Amino acid sequence: MIIPRRTALLGLAGGLALGRASLATAAAAGERRFVTVLLRGALDGMAAVVPYGDPDLTRLRGEIVPPEPGRPDGTLDLGGFYGLHPALAGLHALYKDGQAAIIHAVAGPYRVRSHFEAQDCLESGAAHRMDSGWLNRVVGTGDEALAVGASVPLLLQGPAQVANWAPHGFSQPAGGLYAQIAALNAADPVTGPAIAQGLRARGFSAGVLGGPDDPKARNAFATLARAAGAMLAAPDGPRIAALELGGWDTHTNQASRLTGPLKELDSGLVALRTALGPAWAQTVVLVMTEFGRTARVNGTKGTDHGTGTVAFVLGGPVAGGTVRADWPGLAPGRLWEDRDLAPATDLRAVAKGLLAEHLRLGGTALARVFPGSEAVGATGGLLRA
Amino acid sequence: MDTAPLHAMIRFGLGRRGAEPPPADPAAWLLEQLRTPDPARFDDPPTAAQGLAALREDRDTKPPPNESRARKLFQAQAAAQMAHAVTTDAPFRERLVWFWTNHFTVSLRRGEIAPLAAAFVQEAIRPHVTGRFQDMVLAVMRHPAMLLYLDNAASIGPDSEAGQRSKRGLNENLARECLELHTVSPLAGYTQADVTAFANVLTGWSIERQQDPLGFRYRPRAHQPGTQTVMGQPFAPDEAGGTAALRFLASHPATHRFLATKLVRHFIADDPPPDAVRRIEATLRDTQGDLGEAAAAIVRLEAAWTPGQKLRAPTDLVIAAARCLEVPPDRLPVLAILDGLGQPLWRAPAPNGWPDRATDWAGPEAMVRRIDWASGFAARIGERDATQIAETALGPLLRPETRDAIRRAGSRRDAMTLLLTSPEFQRR
Repeated sequence: MIIPRRTALLGLAGGLALGRASLATAAAAGERRFVTVLLRGALDGMAAVVPYGDPDLTRLRGEIVPPEPGRPDGTLDLGGFYGLHPALAGLHALYKDGQAAIIHAVAGPYRVRSHFEAQDCLESGAAHRMDSGWLNRVVGTGDEALAVGASVPLLLQGPAQVANWAPHGFSQPAGGLYAQIAALNAADPVTGPAIAQGLRARGFSAGVLGGPDDPKARNAFATLARAAGAMLAAPDGPRIAALELGGWDTHTNQASRLTGPLKELDSGLVALRTALGPAWAQTVVLVMTEFGRTARVNGTKGTDHGTGTVAFVLGGPVAGGTVRADWPGLAPGRLWEDRDLAPATDLRAVAKGLLAEHLRLGGTALARVFPGSEAVGATGGLLRA
Repeated sequence: MDTAPLHAMIRFGLGRRGAEPPPADPAAWLLEQLRTPDPARFDDPPTAAQGLAALREDRDTKPPPNESRARKLFQAQAAAQMAHAVTTDAPFRERLVWFWTNHFTVSLRRGEIAPLAAAFVQEAIRPHVTGRFQDMVLAVMRHPAMLLYLDNAASIGPDSEAGQRSKRGLNENLARECLELHTVSPLAGYTQADVTAFANVLTGWSIERQQDPLGFRYRPRAHQPGTQTVMGQPFAPDEAGGTAALRFLASHPATHRFLATKLVRHFIADDPPPDAVRRIEATLRDTQGDLGEAAAAIVRLEAAWTPGQKLRAPTDLVIAAARCLEVPPDRLPVLAILDGLGQPLWRAPAPNGWPDRATDWAGPEAMVRRIDWASGFAARIGERDATQIAETALGPLLRPETRDAIRRAGSRRDAMTLLLTSPEFQRR
C-alpha cells in the first residue's frame, strides 16, 4: 500500500486511527526518516527489559519477574544481565541483527508522577508544558505536517503546518479501558449488565477484560504502523511520523496485563520495518514513554507511577545490539526517593543524539527543539559511523 | 452537599454548560424559564412556506439528492437547532420543546419531511410549550409536516365533490394516530367507527404546495359532507367542525391522564409513580390543559428531585457532553454522532416517537457504542482536564470511584472517556 502525501491529505488513506493507537506524520526534506512511538500510560521499563542480573530485583518484585533467559517462558537474552520480555520477539530479532538498541534507566526532566503533566513535558521537550511539541520544531519551515488520526498530539503541534485527517466512524478504546468502564458501571442496574453483555458479544472474554490482550487492537496498531511505513517509504511521502500506543498503566496484575500491549507494540514495529522496505536503511525510530513505574510490586500485583524506565532506538542506521545504561542499581539507597528506578540518562540526550547524527541538526537547532536543555549533552554513538 | 442545583440542570435542563453558576434556588430558576418567552432566535427562522418552496423548486429543477435545496435547508436548520440546545440558557424550556416535538413525532423516514421538520418545531411546538395543549394540537394538525407525514393531505371524503369525481378516498392515518398517540390514547376506548368518523372530520385539511402562499389549506371540495360523531360527540361539517373535534379531544380527561403519564415518565421515572401522575393529571384538568402549569407542577413534585432515575437518551448524552465541554456545536458532527448512537435527529422509526425508558436505550451493543463514541469524542476535543470538568458537570453527583478512575487514567483521552461513560454522566 503506497500512500503519497497528497493522497493522504485528500483523505484517501483509509482508517488510520484505530483503538488506542494513532498516527501523525510530517514531511521533512531529504531521504532520512524519523519516527517516534509514544507509549502513553507509563511503560514499566524493568518489565520490558528485565535487569535479571541485579541481585535486588527479586527482593523488590519477585512475583512479577519472568524467568531468566533459557528457562521455559523466560526472557530473551540481551547478552547477560538484561533479558527482553518474551512478547517482544520481533524487537529481539532486530536487536540480534544489530538494528535495535536499548537505553535503560532513562527519564525526562519531569519528576512529579502525573501522567498528563509528564506526557505534556515529554511532548513539549521541556521541563514544563509548552504550546508546541519538540517534533514539530524538528520539521523544517515550508514543510507540511500531516496528523492522521483523531487529533494532533502535542508532540506534533506547533508553528510547522499540520493538516489533520480523521477517519470515519468510531475509534475504539483499549480492552483495559473497556474493563475499567465496565467496572465503574457494574453497580448500575441498567448500564452495568448491558455493558458487560455488550463486551462479551464483541468477543471480549473475562480474561481479556482482566488483561487487555485483544488481538483486534493488536492488529489495529500494526495496521497503523504499516500505513505509516508505506507513507514514509513513498518518494514524495512525509519524512517524520509520530505514532502512539496506550495500555501501559499496569496498576494491577501487571504480568498478565502487559503481554497484550507489548505484543501489540512488537507486531507494530515489525510491520513498520516491513512496510518501509529499503527505506528502513534511512529510518530511525525512537520508542519512549512518559515515566517508569515503582521498583517494588504493589499490593495488587502491579506497579505504581515511578521515574526511570526504558527507551528503544531502532532502524537501519542504528548501532544496535547493545543495552546502554549507566545502571544505577536497585540496592537499598540506590532507588529514586526510595521507590523508583533512578534516572541515569535524560531522554532528551537520547533524542538530541538521534537528531544530531541522523537529521544533522546543529547546536542552534537542537537548542530550539529542546529549550532549556543546555546542560543536557547529546548522547553520542547511537548510530553507526 | 445539596444535589438540587446540579440535579435541576441535569434532570430538567440539558446538563450544565461549562462553569455556568448553579441556580441558588433551583425550583425558582426552573419556574422562571416557564414565565419568560422562548429565547430561541434563529437567523433564518424555519417556516413551512420556506420548506414547501424548497420542495417545489426541487420538483422543478430535479437536482442530485446531495444538492437538493430541501436537503441543504434541513442541514442548516438541524445544525441551528442543535446549536441552540447546546448553548441555550433556558434549557428547561428547551427540554420541553424536545419532549413535545417527540410527542407529536414527524419523521424524516418519510420523504419530503426534511425541509419541514424544523419549521414544525418552530411553528407548531415552540410557541405552545407553556401554553394550552389544545392550541398546540391545533397548530400541529394544521402543520404541513404533520399533514404530509401522516398522509392527511391526500385524504378525501368519499362523498365529497372530489371523492365523487376521483377514485381516491379516505386515509385515516392521521385521525388514528391523533387519537392513539397525540390525545386520548387507547385508554379512552374508542372504536374503529370513531376513527373513521374522525378521519371524515379531518378530510380537506390539506396543503397548498404549488401556488403562493404555500402552507395549510382547507379544501372544502375534499371534505366529507355531513355531521360526524366521534366518541359520542357530534361535529358539524367543514373546517370549524375539525377545530371543534380537536379541542374536544385535546381537553378530554383521557388525554390529561395520558399526557400526565408521559410527562411523569420523562421527568421522574420510567415507571411513573401513580400519585405523581394523578397530581399532573389534576393540574391539566384544573387549568384546561395549561402545559406551563403542568411543567411547574412537576417541578414541585418531591419525586422529581431524586437524582439519576433516568438514563440519558443518546441525544441527551451528546448535548450534555457538548454543553459541559462548551464545544462549539459547529465543530461537532452532531448528526453523524446521533446516527451512530441510534437516535438520528427527527428520524424516529414510527409515529409514536423515540421511547423514554432506559430499557429501550440500554441494549448491550448500544451501550458499547456509547463507549466507542466517548472514546473518539474524547480524542477529538483535545487536552481538557477531565477531573475538573467532572467536578463542574456533576458536582456532588460525582462518585468517589469515578473521580479516582478519572484522576488515575493513563491519558487525558482515557480520563475523558471514563467521565462520559460513567453511570452518573449517563443518567439524568
